[in-house]
Amino acid sequence: MSFLLRRLGFYLLAFWASITLNFLLPRLMPGDPVTRMLSRSQQRLEPQQVEALRTLMGVDGGPIIPEYFGYLSRVLTGDFGMSISRFPTPVSEVIASQLPWTLLLGLTSLIFAVILGNLLGILAAWRRGGFLDSVAPPLLVFIGSFPYFWLAMGALYIFGINMGVAPMRHAFSVGLVPGFNLEFILDVAAHLVLPALTIVLVSLGGWMLGMRNTMIATNSEDYILMAEAKGLRPHRIMLNYAARNAMLPSVTSMGMSIGFIVGGALLTEVVFAYPGVGYQLLGAVQGLDYPLMQGMFLTITAAVLIANFLVDLVYVRLDPRVRKG
Amino acid sequence: MTQNATDPQTLAASQPAEESGSARARVSATRLLRTLLRNGKAVAGLSILLAFIILALLAPALFPGDPSRITSAGASAPSMEHWLGTTSKGQDVLGLTLWGARSSLFVGFAAGILSTIVGVLVGLSGAYFGRGLDEVLSLVTNVFLLVPGLPLLVILAAFMPPGLGTVIVVLMITGWAGSARVMRSQAMSIRGKDYVAAALVSGERPLRIMVREMLPNMASVVMTTLLGCIIGSIGAQAGLEFLGLGDVNTISWGTNLFWATSDGSLMLGQWWIFVPSGLAIALVAFALALCNYAVDEITNPRLRRPKHATKSTAATTVVRKEEK
Repeated sequence: MSFLLRRLGFYLLAFWASITLNFLLPRLMPGDPVTRMLSRSQQRLEPQQVEALRTLMGVDGGPIIPEYFGYLSRVLTGDFGMSISRFPTPVSEVIASQLPWTLLLGLTSLIFAVILGNLLGILAAWRRGGFLDSVAPPLLVFIGSFPYFWLAMGALYIFGINMGVAPMRHAFSVGLVPGFNLEFILDVAAHLVLPALTIVLVSLGGWMLGMRNTMIATNSEDYILMAEAKGLRPHRIMLNYAARNAMLPSVTSMGMSIGFIVGGALLTEVVFAYPGVGYQLLGAVQGLDYPLMQGMFLTITAAVLIANFLVDLVYVRLDPRVRKG
Repeated sequence: MTQNATDPQTLAASQPAEESGSARARVSATRLLRTLLRNGKAVAGLSILLAFIILALLAPALFPGDPSRITSAGASAPSMEHWLGTTSKGQDVLGLTLWGARSSLFVGFAAGILSTIVGVLVGLSGAYFGRGLDEVLSLVTNVFLLVPGLPLLVILAAFMPPGLGTVIVVLMITGWAGSARVMRSQAMSIRGKDYVAAALVSGERPLRIMVREMLPNMASVVMTTLLGCIIGSIGAQAGLEFLGLGDVNTISWGTNLFWATSDGSLMLGQWWIFVPSGLAIALVAFALALCNYAVDEITNPRLRRPKHATKSTAATTVVRKEEK
């Protein structure tokens, strides 16, 4: 229990640090982001709007401490200000409409990559020097070297444009009404396959090699020898004895890689025009929509921290040592 | 495994400290290099890397003048005149890719080296001084590790004035934490060694102990971390520029891909515009990853293939046990 509380405290601290960074960044940078933004963007804003923006970003020269607490309380109540590129809409609303798609894409890819990668790693380590062990790692490392978004472009080009077998953009077909029915779910799944596949392909190698290397270390432990001496079936030794213990570092790195997967998912969304946070991020960058970028940063950070806490919960289940400690 | 490999060198630490530090570093560095050249993965990786560096250096000679000038009608497929075709603006793709290598490799290596340096400093000082400083540094490291990289990159890059320097600094800010963590755990295990205690007793200054006594014994870990950081930086730079957050006027692989998408060449089926830059990123990252695995294999005999393992007596017992 104390382990979980300590982790929770740490996540809260991390979130506070992100908010503070968000608050300080526009204030520390040379020049005035509002002026820069207005000079770069073509759109006209009313003087009141410019003033509101200055207040929002804290560059109106007010005292910094009260502003900081004002900012903290606004963020904690979910108020990230107004989006500029989609002007009267609050940032939180823009993000809320897109976050589910990013979560769907990110989580699907993460789960597939983790399960598939770990299984491959277990098998490769079990048959050292076998076919899987010699062919898969270099191949997957090579595929993993591609940038997420570039592999996505390639997949889109081959399967979407050349062969025409996969949907090219968006999360579901135009004209379909979102609802909880089979037709809609199948359509969403069809749109999910290609983006998720590219993320899985890129991240598979890391999982497999990580698992393989831990498994190799575990395989030389005495209790594996003991299990063999007892005459247990190889399957049982592999999964229940070796893999189970080799799993722990994998679970830890899962927490770490959530942030990474989300980053990859953001770029992949841009390529597939998938209506998640990443696609909106491109719009925010092009529209110089600083409040939206900041809001996204905080929302994604919060999501990643929550996901990490869930991983911690799993970890406590898996490793009895942390429960006692 | 690493500790075992460095143990003989710790004996050398009892020699006059003046020379032993740098001599030891030189010995382990040359030894590492020699073993690297005997490793197939390392040779393959280094050759690819070298080829890219040479091409990047030769870019002004091969494609003199401004590579982004318009040399033909837009979007022509690869031909004898333009080996990789032209962009929809009519720029030569091969020229853009070669010139792009300059900024991509420079930013990748610069940011990678800088983040490793920060990581080494934070990790070493945390492990050396321990207690309060270690707690604070570990906390900061863990926070930076947890905060998702790309969104952080985006807001940092968005608020800082655009330019190459910004990209490097931003990549360094988001990239150092991973290496700091690895360095700290490695330095922690070295901190407890007798020769560090001996150096302490003989009254050496902390900085000297960290740099001359501890760092040389972490050479292989520093190396893998450095390679990892460079890979990460090249990828992150490409992602950042792909979003249009780099300096869109410099030519790099990331900006090439940015222009390819914003000109819609993907949707028009002009594969020759976006394939070369992405392939170049992947090849460089792959080459670096190969070097990384080679260093891993050299320093951790358990990971070597059984056929190589017979060469070293230390590893045979381990491998035989696994082969049954």
